[in-house]
Amino acid sequence: MSLKLLMGNEAIAYGAAEAGVQVACAYPGTPSSEILETLAALAREKGFYAEWSVNEKAALEVAAGASYAGARALAAMKQVGLNAASDPLMSLAYIGVKGGLVIVVADDPGPHSSQTEQDTRKFAQFAKLPVLDPATPAEAREMVKYAFELSENLLLPVILRPTTRTCHACQDIEFTDGAAPARPLTGFEKNQNWTIFPSLSARKHVWLNQQQEKARELFEKAEFNQLSIDSSNIGIIACGVSYNYVREALQLSGLKASVLKIGTPYPLPRGPVLELFRKAGKILVVEEQEPVVEDQVIALAWQNRLTVPISGKNDRTVPREGELNVDRVRAIIDKFCGREPAGPEAAPAPAPELPARPPVLCAGCPHRASFYIFKDAARGTDAVFTGDIGCYTLGAMAPLAAVDTCLCMGASITIATGLNRVEPDRRQVAFLGDSTFFHSGLTGLINAVYNSANITVVILDNCTTAMTGHQPHPGLKQTAMGPARTSVDIAGLVKACGVEYVRVVDPYDLKAARQAAEEALSRPGPSVVIMKRECATLAKKGRRRTINLKKCLNCSLCIGKLGCPAIRKGSGGPEISAKCFGCGVCAQICPAGAIEAAGQE
Amino acid sequence: MKLDIVISGVGGQGSVLASRALARAAMESGLAVRTSEVIGMAQREGPVTSHIRMGDRLYGAIIPDRAADFLLGLELAETVRGLIKLKPGGTVIASLSAIVPVSVELGISKYDKDTLIQYLIEQNEKVFFLDLEELSRQSGHPRTGNAVMLGALSAFPGLPFKPEQLLRSLLSYLPQSLAEINRRAFEIGRRAVEVTLNDIN
Repeated sequence: MSLKLLMGNEAIAYGAAEAGVQVACAYPGTPSSEILETLAALAREKGFYAEWSVNEKAALEVAAGASYAGARALAAMKQVGLNAASDPLMSLAYIGVKGGLVIVVADDPGPHSSQTEQDTRKFAQFAKLPVLDPATPAEAREMVKYAFELSENLLLPVILRPTTRTCHACQDIEFTDGAAPARPLTGFEKNQNWTIFPSLSARKHVWLNQQQEKARELFEKAEFNQLSIDSSNIGIIACGVSYNYVREALQLSGLKASVLKIGTPYPLPRGPVLELFRKAGKILVVEEQEPVVEDQVIALAWQNRLTVPISGKNDRTVPREGELNVDRVRAIIDKFCGREPAGPEAAPAPAPELPARPPVLCAGCPHRASFYIFKDAARGTDAVFTGDIGCYTLGAMAPLAAVDTCLCMGASITIATGLNRVEPDRRQVAFLGDSTFFHSGLTGLINAVYNSANITVVILDNCTTAMTGHQPHPGLKQTAMGPARTSVDIAGLVKACGVEYVRVVDPYDLKAARQAAEEALSRPGPSVVIMKRECATLAKKGRRRTINLKKCLNCSLCIGKLGCPAIRKGSGGPEISAKCFGCGVCAQICPAGAIEAAGQE
Repeated sequence: MKLDIVISGVGGQGSVLASRALARAAMESGLAVRTSEVIGMAQREGPVTSHIRMGDRLYGAIIPDRAADFLLGLELAETVRGLIKLKPGGTVIASLSAIVPVSVELGISKYDKDTLIQYLIEQNEKVFFLDLEELSRQSGHPRTGNAVMLGALSAFPGLPFKPEQLLRSLLSYLPQSLAEINRRAFEIGRRAVEVTLNDIN
């Protein structure tokens, strides 16, 4: 027996390893990335396969293939990633699986680092797949093991949907050391039922609907749903992490209530809910995001001709946007119980004005130079800069302000193409990273070439997937499990797509990179500039720069144009702090040549 | 036993690592633990708040407002931002060092150090200031502020673990090559607070 401090994502990975997972696939995305990182680190020792797939659709399809051959397989992603994987997901529900297939989709209410606040439980309902919602890292680990069993029992993929506060929370978790029991592989058996045809879909839809009731029955007995009865008239139903907030809020307020913890939001088990209806005079449903449990509870009450009042999102007692926490839930419960909401005891005096601290590109980030170069090269034109998902979305911040649009992974190129159809005389410049290019940029590039769009595509190749924690991708000789034999050359790939103007330049070399930018912008048809320079958080620091105040004109160009966190206004003029990475970009834009390498006279 | 600690700082200062060290030290004392932080867009330079909860019975990982026993501020303005989490009568250990964001250099927002220090003093009975930048420099490495801070915390009475336990837990997260420097940083932080605590008593 050992005790480990594990993050929710690590706990999920350990749970999968304990369940004997054989194939695990993912594309990184906060807050889900550490699931595959942990699995990849365990893979060799435990004898399973783990990969970073090029996108979530690929991840789910690879996992599905493995499951067809009888293996236990897992695909992990964030909620937005499920949108990319929705095509295989919907069909897979009809086809079904053989080996247990667990799809872990991390939701981000808040949202802390996402484009949407969408609720994966709704997606599960839409796809008619059972979904589990853990309250804690320890429960997430147990749910993964249960989910594999359930998947094999129902022959359906099962979704585990943790939220940020489970994924990125740590908890002490007890382990009994021991290897997962070896699972003999049955292999893929040829059968017409693997090939989706309209006639098969029609038949399987009936089956899929029947499985909903089967899943509901299994959930009646699941230990993840727990009813604790109190003599009070109040009944609270809480789902996922909200359960923690409800428990703690009750403790803080001293109020009593019967509490039904729901860990299986869809299909909702009926037994415990009906039992709560018998005990409580009024019911409050507390869950984050959409009223998934609440709507099912209301339907159940109506079917059973129950008139107990039900509060939650539908009557706006619980907010439908944003993340819940103990304070918000306490106020909700107070109000629901007819109490004055407890104000903060001895509220502190209002704080003085605090500085805004938006995230910025790191000191030495090569993207800063790339944006600067293209802004400079396009000066005087009305070029539109379309952005994409990654660190470089931060190019939107002042002073660079070089991102005019950002929609979703891979959309920079296609949005630029669309804009170009309407404004053919304007230049559109699409920026995206190397990992994003492989994820879903390539399809857009082929489309742009095929349809002769007059756009420039800038691939910001920093040789990693930086924002999510430096995962490898096909452009590197590195996989999730270690060194790889081959890699895909981005420039060669772009040329093979039929792009005539392709240049690879170093963004730290402003002169050469600017020349490539100008040429690319002036060429008809699609042109591609690959700005290649390793991510500053992985590369070795160069020689620190300092400012020679004797030469400095105090023009503030270094501060006002670049926004580098290493350059600040000092008392006597600009200063470069110890954060300096030594990229030398500021020295190249200084009109007085006042920025020198440290130690230089 | 129940202890809630908040660490506020800026991405890149090692607050997440410090939260893990605290949690593991508490675990060794037989307490249940939970930690929570949000990472993502704030990897570098953005505000980071870590929550560490330890006790016999725990629910969620987020500390309610006005409930934390300690607020460890690795950066001055972020300490003020995190003050909403501290319970009345709780203890603040605040770094005097400012990490001035780019928004201030560009003239978009303001950073008034003296006002912030004054506010912290006025709002709290128990506030201890550390010159984190100087103290970590003394340890031999400018990026040991988190170790200095943990050392400072370890000087307070009533913690569920001994200073040696916390130090051992911290070192378990670091490569061997950084052990000596961090051990020194921890001691420097500890001594800095011990001197002040003795003056009070």
